[in-house]
Amino acid sequence: MAVRDVTAPGDHLIELDAVSRTFDTPAGRITAVDAVSLAFAAGEAMCLVGESGCGKTTTGRLLAGLLRPTGGRLQFEGKDVWRSRGEDLKRFRRAVQLVHQDPYASLNPVRTVYDTLSAPLFRHGKAHGRSDATVQARELLRRVGLMPPDDFLPKYPHQLSGGQRQRVSIARALSVDPRVIVADEAVSMVDVSIRITLLDLLLALRNEFGVTIVLITHDLAVARYFARRGRIGVMYLGRVVELAPTESLVVDPAHPYAAALIGAVPEADPTLTRTKERVPLRSAEVPSLRELPSGCSFHPRCPLSEAGLCDVKVPALLPIPGEREVACHVAVRERSSVLRGV
Amino acid sequence: MSSSALLSVKDLAIEFSSRRGPVQAVRGVSFDVAEGESIAVIGESGSGKTTLAVALIKLIPRSARVTRGEVQWRNDRGTQNVLDMEDEELRRFRWREAAMVFQSALNSFNPVIDIWSQFLDTARAHGMNDPKAVRARADELLDLVHLEPERVLRAYPHELSGGMKQRVLIALSLLLGPRLLILDEPTTALDILTQRAIIDLLRELRAKLGFAMVFISHDLSLAAELADRVLTMYAGRIVEEAKVGDLFYQPRHPYTVGLLRAVPRVSGEVGALASIPGTTPDLVNLPTGCAYHPRCPFATERCRKEDPALVSVDSPQHTAACIHWQAVAESVGSRRPAEAL
Repeated sequence: MAVRDVTAPGDHLIELDAVSRTFDTPAGRITAVDAVSLAFAAGEAMCLVGESGCGKTTTGRLLAGLLRPTGGRLQFEGKDVWRSRGEDLKRFRRAVQLVHQDPYASLNPVRTVYDTLSAPLFRHGKAHGRSDATVQARELLRRVGLMPPDDFLPKYPHQLSGGQRQRVSIARALSVDPRVIVADEAVSMVDVSIRITLLDLLLALRNEFGVTIVLITHDLAVARYFARRGRIGVMYLGRVVELAPTESLVVDPAHPYAAALIGAVPEADPTLTRTKERVPLRSAEVPSLRELPSGCSFHPRCPLSEAGLCDVKVPALLPIPGEREVACHVAVRERSSVLRGV
Repeated sequence: MSSSALLSVKDLAIEFSSRRGPVQAVRGVSFDVAEGESIAVIGESGSGKTTLAVALIKLIPRSARVTRGEVQWRNDRGTQNVLDMEDEELRRFRWREAAMVFQSALNSFNPVIDIWSQFLDTARAHGMNDPKAVRARADELLDLVHLEPERVLRAYPHELSGGMKQRVLIALSLLLGPRLLILDEPTTALDILTQRAIIDLLRELRAKLGFAMVFISHDLSLAAELADRVLTMYAGRIVEEAKVGDLFYQPRHPYTVGLLRAVPRVSGEVGALASIPGTTPDLVNLPTGCAYHPRCPFATERCRKEDPALVSVDSPQHTAACIHWQAVAESVGSRRPAEAL
């Protein structure tokens, strides 16, 4: 397969433009994602991190076109996806694939690996006849490292290990030559011993085929490894609070929530983890999405919160030095004044 | 049994029956837990660590049987084999001497009764029949785990967050003042800040109350946080045992080395990471010799034939079950930081 032309830097292949998504629940309306803007270049490896309820999974589903935004636009190659029809929409559906968190649930238990891989090939008219589909399915299995492929084609999901199942899910996503893969917690359910291999596999797809990969994870260490030459976006209660090149985020987080997360992560190093600097929060309680605090939704927990500012005004995601953006009144003021002082 | 040990596991072996033959979940495990000590058992799924943990309080599933070994428990009445305890004796031992916090902790409440009733039921089952005394004890324990008794006791399980439920369960496990707490994956499925809070809480409670702890986890960072000693388990056996600093900075079993190299970090160097090739073995059809040899970069012909015993490596307190431990030592060296534990 030929290497695809990678879009020039600065060009956005796929973009969320002030996208929101609300859900109506018996207890009232909640805003799971609130005016999130994120743009991805072709061939980028990016991570979205956050705790449960931060909206990262909903953002992933919005990005993959599986959920319709209740506000804002999803743009693919400069076109509004939800206004597209016919060929454009079909192209988008093929180009953007979601790899699910739980390969146990996302693979059909009564289908063999061959069935799973050939179905999308037939559906999108990429294979003609069984022998053609077999040839292509073998190639897909080779690309995800399931060798020799003929051993795997007749197997059912229960005959595979967790890691092998996740590889089959990735192979299925690859069957339609996607340009964007949204991987939601793609490695959280597999044993620690094989996570790195799966992350490396996804990175190899990016390097070889220029696929844009957005990995959604709660695990900051996984995010740092995966996006080590890319960016990390941190979400909190439906909003992106910081977006920065990975190393600067990890070493010098600008948003107090990002700093709290990084300081709190337990590390596999006894001396380091027992002496790490922590950011004390004012409250351990995560507010409900149904009753979001006024102003910055982090202010009731934030050590930097300023009365009359943070509890009143919602901070926008603004650029600060170092090609990064942060949604925090205090961080923006302090980081920008450093620049002015120079 | 060493004189200071609270609990002493001796050559314990447990098998499950299955259609394909016996599943050897635990294959000759021995270790001691000293009074007040914290021990982590690490390993992948299928290493037998959960079976081992529940066997410590004789919670052995119907389909399993102990084929050999003992779990010795020492108290002021002397030493007893937990596996010989029956009925009333076992009931007294559980909760009062050793209590367990399960992995499925978040679902282990009865959903239709409030937290107060959960406390009351547990207390009654152990002969505490005065509600006033139970209430006083519940208040004290919930205070210890930093929850508001007034609010929490009236709540139903679904009204509490994951972190709050885990705190309540820890409080409940301490109801009868056990000397040993056994925890199965105590922070799995919790968010980062909640994990941090639970880790800090366990450390604080142990300092205050002085109980010993055995916790099992696939998460090496939890061992790095909370353990005094670490046991690495693979295919039903302990393959390495060491003080936490020795295990992390001078691992001597290739499996421990493999696990450490597979874990990414947030702070410090990214480092060269690699997965362990292959998967955990089938416990019905174990590989010959050392069970780890099919995945091991150090394996030689001898490893296919000999199943190595745990031997002392760098010090008498550090043991590893690998005939090539010296080669492992040479390749790993010491990763010990300047002021290591």
